Amino acid sequence: MPAAEHIAVRDLTLAYGDFVVQRNLNFSIRRGDIFIIMGGSGCGKSTLLRAMIGLKRPDRGDVYYDGRPFWDAGESEREQTKRRFGTTFQAGALWSSMTLAENIGLVLRQYTDLDEAGIREVARCKLMLVGLAGFEDYYPSEISGGMKKRAGLARAMALDPEILFFDEPSAGLDPLSARRLDDLILELRDSLGTTVVVVTHELASIFAIGNNSVFLDADSRTQLATGDPRALRDGHPDFRVRNFLQRGAAPREQQPA
Amino acid sequence: MNPARLNCERSGDILVLHLSGDWRLSAHPPGAADAVAAMRAMPRPAGICFDTTGLGDWDTGLLIALIAIQREAEALDLALDASGLPDGAQRLLRLAFAVREPAGARRQRRRHGLLEQAGEATLEVLSAARELLSFTGELTLSLARFLRGHASYLRSDLAHYLQQAGADALPIVSLIAFLIGMIFAFVGVRQLEPFGAGIYTADLVGIAMVREMSAIMTAIIMAGRTGAAYAAQIGTMKVNEEIDALTTLGIDPVDFLVTPRVIALVLMLPLLSLYASLMGITGGLAVGLLMLDVSLPQYVQQTFNAVGLNALFGGLFKALVFGALVAMAGCQQGLACGNSAMAVGLATTRAVVLGIVLIVVAAAVLTVIYVNLGI
Repeated sequence: MPAAEHIAVRDLTLAYGDFVVQRNLNFSIRRGDIFIIMGGSGCGKSTLLRAMIGLKRPDRGDVYYDGRPFWDAGESEREQTKRRFGTTFQAGALWSSMTLAENIGLVLRQYTDLDEAGIREVARCKLMLVGLAGFEDYYPSEISGGMKKRAGLARAMALDPEILFFDEPSAGLDPLSARRLDDLILELRDSLGTTVVVVTHELASIFAIGNNSVFLDADSRTQLATGDPRALRDGHPDFRVRNFLQRGAAPREQQPA
Repeated sequence: MNPARLNCERSGDILVLHLSGDWRLSAHPPGAADAVAAMRAMPRPAGICFDTTGLGDWDTGLLIALIAIQREAEALDLALDASGLPDGAQRLLRLAFAVREPAGARRQRRRHGLLEQAGEATLEVLSAARELLSFTGELTLSLARFLRGHASYLRSDLAHYLQQAGADALPIVSLIAFLIGMIFAFVGVRQLEPFGAGIYTADLVGIAMVREMSAIMTAIIMAGRTGAAYAAQIGTMKVNEEIDALTTLGIDPVDFLVTPRVIALVLMLPLLSLYASLMGITGGLAVGLLMLDVSLPQYVQQTFNAVGLNALFGGLFKALVFGALVAMAGCQQGLACGNSAMAVGLATTRAVVLGIVLIVVAAAVLTVIYVNLGI
């Protein structure tokens, strides 16, 4: 039985002013998927993510969560929907004037009625999950890039979100840290059943964690493919998709399977 | 070191380029001008080849010349035989031409006419005014939420801003207000004493400080100090995507970042201005006691008689308005900041300029209103 459709993107067109970044995007994400948004640099991956999390209004089309429109809904309904998301940004985007515990605590203070001790307890727990036990009272500037990303993930998980969004989780990380982050994402999906949406162009990550994807192309400004990235790599008819996923080593003619 | 040389020689249809000497960038090699001229001058040579038997050391200095030669060869449709070049140079040349320049990739530098520039500048001013207006609206809504207790912000942040915009600013405000008071007193003594009206220096200093100068001076100091800091803080958060992080978590950046800062400055600027008035009057007093034949009680009494409550409250209200304007300019420019280090600098500069412009305009408007109200 196919898993339920959790997120659907329908006829989405994204533009900055007159400049269209991507048009006619259509894909669905099932509950529990680790969905990869991939494509070359500057093709609009992050813009698509921003449209999905409510930071950038699309010019046409809509994103549907559990069948309900996101942008077409009212402001307050959109706020409600956003509360089900957790987002980690490229550089972590931790609030630099607050410690890691305060970063996580701010979200909890906003949406829960926990007292200070309870908030601190939850923050400690989330930091432990991402392997940062003992770093509660560090400021973001005092920890490394990889730790910032993990702390950003801890903050994104503060409210036990249904959907986790990642913007370039492994960018700027050494291979081992990137691998650990990938493992963490898989672990969270398996243990919490979270739907995960990842923007990345790191092939190692794509194949390690992704089970569904959309491939955006910068030249034609639309999606070329959607589906399991491994299947796309091995058998997609479009040369550009195979070539990207095989790191530029794809033969022009597709080999008979 | 052997000077770099390029000799062109024609043999049959072939143009032979003899490269010799050290083609190092630091030695300013002759470049490809001669070769290009020779290529153009020849009546259709069939090809070009290189002779590098005399070539010594080479680096990018050689590669630049080779790239120019190959470009020209392509433009003239000549066959270029690179096999005479050193192996490394051949490979670099191939690498340089491996990815062709995509059509339309090069930025076109277009000159704008004066009229066009004026039009664009006007549109920019209009859109900046619109942004400021819509920011004012957002801030008003946010203030309403703050007063009803619905806004999310940190009390510790507010306390920090209050200290930053208040106590921390005392030294600089003291210094400047004291000196301004002294300057006014000097001017007053010089002008009034010949008429035997030296004691009216106390009136001059008192009224000028309390009604106008302390509010304006303090506001300008705070625009350069705190308004700039607000723009830089919020601008840097924008660059780090910290503002996006707030928005996605459903925390209004205006509630969280702007309103506490505006409230801090609105509360603190009148207090600082009052303090600046006292410092200015003290400065005037020091000069008066030194240069005039008056006693301390006389001078103080004269000041009290001159400065009425109207002047005092008029000055404090001005300071309150200036506080709001400085904080708004700083926060608005911070939120409108672009995504680079340069943009943060620009936002800071704009915050100070906009802040000072707003202060001066508001001062003029308020003065007209006060005069009409007879304050």
